[in-house]
Amino acid sequence: MRQYFSLGFLLALVVLVQLITQWTDTAFYLTQLTMSAYYSLLIIGLCTIMGYAGQISLGHAGFFAIGGYLSAGLTTHNLAPFADNAFASMLNKAGLLVASQDLYGDPLLTLHPWAACFIAVSTALLIALALGGPVLKLKGHYLAMATLGFGIIIYRIAMATPYFGEADGLSGVPSFTLLPGVTVSGDFGARTSNYYIAWGAVLIGMLLLTNLVNSRMGRALRAIHGSEEAAQAMGVDTARAKLLTFVLSAGYAALAGVLLTHYNGSIGPSEAGIMKSVRYVAIVAIGGMAHLWGALIMGTLLNFMSLRGLFGSYDDAVFGCILIVIMLFAPEGILRLHLWQRFKKDKAKT
Amino acid sequence: MALLEVTNVNKRFGGLHAVNDVTFSVEKGMIKAVIGPNGAGKTTLFNLISGNLPLNSGKVLFDSKEIQALQPHQIANCGISRTFQNIKLFPGMTALENVMVGRHTQSRAGFFAGMFHLPTSWSEEKEIRNKSLELLDLLEIEQFADAEATSLAFGQQRAVEFARALASDPQLLLLDEPAAGLNIYETAEIARLITKIQSQGITVLLVEHDMSLVMDISDEIVVLSFGRKIAEDQPSAIQKNKEVIQIYLGDDDA
Ligand SMILES: Nc1ncnc2c1ncn2[C@@H]1O[C@H](COP(=O)(O)OP(=O)(O)O)[C@@H](O)[C@H]1O
Ligand SMILES: [Mg+2]
Repeated sequence: MRQYFSLGFLLALVVLVQLITQWTDTAFYLTQLTMSAYYSLLIIGLCTIMGYAGQISLGHAGFFAIGGYLSAGLTTHNLAPFADNAFASMLNKAGLLVASQDLYGDPLLTLHPWAACFIAVSTALLIALALGGPVLKLKGHYLAMATLGFGIIIYRIAMATPYFGEADGLSGVPSFTLLPGVTVSGDFGARTSNYYIAWGAVLIGMLLLTNLVNSRMGRALRAIHGSEEAAQAMGVDTARAKLLTFVLSAGYAALAGVLLTHYNGSIGPSEAGIMKSVRYVAIVAIGGMAHLWGALIMGTLLNFMSLRGLFGSYDDAVFGCILIVIMLFAPEGILRLHLWQRFKKDKAKT
Repeated sequence: MALLEVTNVNKRFGGLHAVNDVTFSVEKGMIKAVIGPNGAGKTTLFNLISGNLPLNSGKVLFDSKEIQALQPHQIANCGISRTFQNIKLFPGMTALENVMVGRHTQSRAGFFAGMFHLPTSWSEEKEIRNKSLELLDLLEIEQFADAEATSLAFGQQRAVEFARALASDPQLLLLDEPAAGLNIYETAEIARLITKIQSQGITVLLVEHDMSLVMDISDEIVVLSFGRKIAEDQPSAIQKNKEVIQIYLGDDDA
């Protein structure tokens, strides 16, 4: 029940912030708050695999990029020349293609954003399954190694593939109508509605994960984090639980990539970079590892500051430093001050 | 038909023959103890039964089914539950939540049901909670349900671990040195709880390094020394067994 209270509080806060920007004529902040929301979606997913299943992924920027790049590629590359192709016409009949015109009035035929989103997220899920399956059977931090390699590969593919625009990335990504009247787009006039869409996605994402954490499987995950041996002795298939969590978190990352790319209208290779993955890991660590709310707060705050350019050209260095400082001085995260822990313990005893 | 049959089981760690051709069985409903000096191979034997260590050769039959090649979680699902010599409670979780994890094998809700809080999982969740509270009650620690498990006193942590192990409705309960680190009063408490568990119809196999606890409560005793079984009998006979006396008198540890 407590989690619904927290979620209600978050909703109120989201509305309040929007109203304040409206009254103070600072609605331009909403753009970065919207982008931060999508990064936070990735970060709360990463928090489940790091904090609850106890495994580090250094490839989450890769999953984000798979989501973003695939949906960008599929919704921008013109299929008109292949319109007579049997497969393309089958897609067209199924209503999965969108016909429009490009800047010069030539016919443009592209995949529907929903279909692209489905393909992008499914691809990320399948890759996570294939990558995590063998690795998570082993004890230790092999997932970190495997995802590090995976992240580098995705970055290289993005940089080297003409389909993905090489160093320039892809732009001209169309808007994405989720439901009638609910469209993810970077249009100036849609700024407020997109702020609400992004935070709506975060709220739903948080709702599902807080439900999970308080369920049978969530308890099993926390148990794995505490003692893998004891969790197994209680009948928990730890390899399977870790794998499913990893796949779930990859899905969150890919969905965040899809939505942010449609919002920005573009995606570039820096989104796939290893430093992005390190940044996400640093944010989960500073939020307190097994602490979804901490990850969300820190994810929003730090991404917002970064997007506002507050860290200047030291952007990546700041996150590297955060990671080092947290590991050295506050491995429980800064939102879990030891005083608070002690207070809770005392209360439990009395 | 015995509930558990351990046949010619061997485990080597490099040159060390930690469990050497051990054979014994446990009948349904009894309390059986494995005793022996430190380093005799008792914990290793337990880890072989529970699947935490692979054995080099031999067979373990549970309910007439071979289990020696199964994963620990599969063995738990067969109806064997255990506690650990150095208590392994889940930190950051309450005593109640610890016990609720123990109910894992008796419940089904998966990731999807958990994330969407499906109504189909509500009654199961309630059952898990009620059963766990019942067990905390049985072990007389219900007042600590909401305390963080690892913050409790040692004897209470042992009781939480018992409750967690019992939550899976096991047929066989493996207890690794349940009295380790406890004073004589706490040891007597634990002995009482173990007989209480037996009276619920659960078969108990326990390891002890100290003789006093096992002599009172066990129906049968296996004695290990340097990985080998040197005796197996009823407590009264074990107490008179020359070889056993020699091991224990010759060992300052006992
Ligand atoms: N994982 C291991 N690797 C190597 N040697 C081990 C391992 N576990 C136990 N041993 C050794 O096996 C012997 C038996 O240990 P153990 O089963 O813990 O004894 P007990 O529980 O009877 O005190 C000891 O000599 C111990 O050092
Ligand atoms: Mg031992």
